[in-house]
Amino acid sequence: MSTNAHSHPNYIKIFVILSVLTAVEIAVTFLGLPRKVLVTLLVGLAVWKAVLVALHFMHLKLEKTTLSIIAVIPFILCVFLSLMLLPDIYPR
Amino acid sequence: MSDAVAVHGAVEPAETPLTPESWGKLGMWLFLAGDAMSFGGLIVAYGALRYHAKSWPVPAEVLGINLTALMTFLLILSSVTMVLGLAALQDGDKPRFKKFMGLTILGGAIFLGLQAYEWTHLIGHTLPHYKLAFSTDLFATTFFVLTGFHGMHVSGGVIYNACVLAAVNRGRYQAKHVEIAGLYWHFVDLVWILIFTFVYLL
Repeated sequence: MSTNAHSHPNYIKIFVILSVLTAVEIAVTFLGLPRKVLVTLLVGLAVWKAVLVALHFMHLKLEKTTLSIIAVIPFILCVFLSLMLLPDIYPR
Repeated sequence: MSDAVAVHGAVEPAETPLTPESWGKLGMWLFLAGDAMSFGGLIVAYGALRYHAKSWPVPAEVLGINLTALMTFLLILSSVTMVLGLAALQDGDKPRFKKFMGLTILGGAIFLGLQAYEWTHLIGHTLPHYKLAFSTDLFATTFFVLTGFHGMHVSGGVIYNACVLAAVNRGRYQAKHVEIAGLYWHFVDLVWILIFTFVYLL
C-alpha cells in the first residue's frame, strides 16, 4: 500500500465503511428475514468489520505475515472449539 | 513493510525475516491472541448455552439496541482517532497527536459511562418483553459476563492510553509505543463489533 514513511492509509474511508456496515447490520434486523439467513448475514457482516479493523487499523496489511498468522490462530482454535462442542449441542 | 521499517528499523535488535521489526509489537500480538481465546471461549460457551436453552428472549427487544448502536459507533470513532493520532505522531506533529489521543481516551470514557448507565437500568429491573427480573437467569448471566469482560478491557485501555499520552508528553514514549497501545485499543474495538452482533443483534 503506502510506500513512503509519510503517507498513511486512508483511515477515514475505513471509518465510513465501518459505519455503513454497522447501519446495514441494524437495518437487516428489521427486515424480518428467516432466522438462518439473518444469522449468516449478521455474522458475515461482523467478521467483515473485524477483518477491516485488523487489516487497516491494526496494520496487518502492512506487517510481516508472522503477525497475521498469530492473529488467525485464535480464530481457528475457536472454530475447533465450536466443532468439539457439536456432540453436546446435538445430543443423540 | 517498508514504511514500518522506516519507523522502527533503527532501534530494534536482531531482526529476522520472520519476526516483526518491533519486539514490543510481537509481544502485544501474542498477548492479544491469548486474550482473543478468552473472548472466543466465552462467546462459544454463550452460543452453546443459548442453543440448549428452552427459550431465549429476543435480545434487541429486552436490551434495546439504540444506545448500543451509539456505543458501537463511538468505539469505532475512537479507533479512528487513535490511528489518526498515531499517524500525526509518526509525522512528528505532537500537538495533533495529543488532540486525537485525548479524543480517543474521551471516547473510551464515554463508552464506559454509557455501559454503566445501561447496566444500572438492567440490573434487578423487570423489563418489558421479559417476565423475569433481569440478572436472575442464563440470558442475563451470559450478557453480564460478556459485556462485563469487555468493559474491563475498555477500562484497562482507557488507563493504558492515558498513561501513553502522559509518557509521550514527557518525551519518554515515541510513535512505536503508541502503535502498540493502538493494537490493544483496536482489539477492544474489534471484540465489541463481535459482541454487539452476538449479544445484541442475533
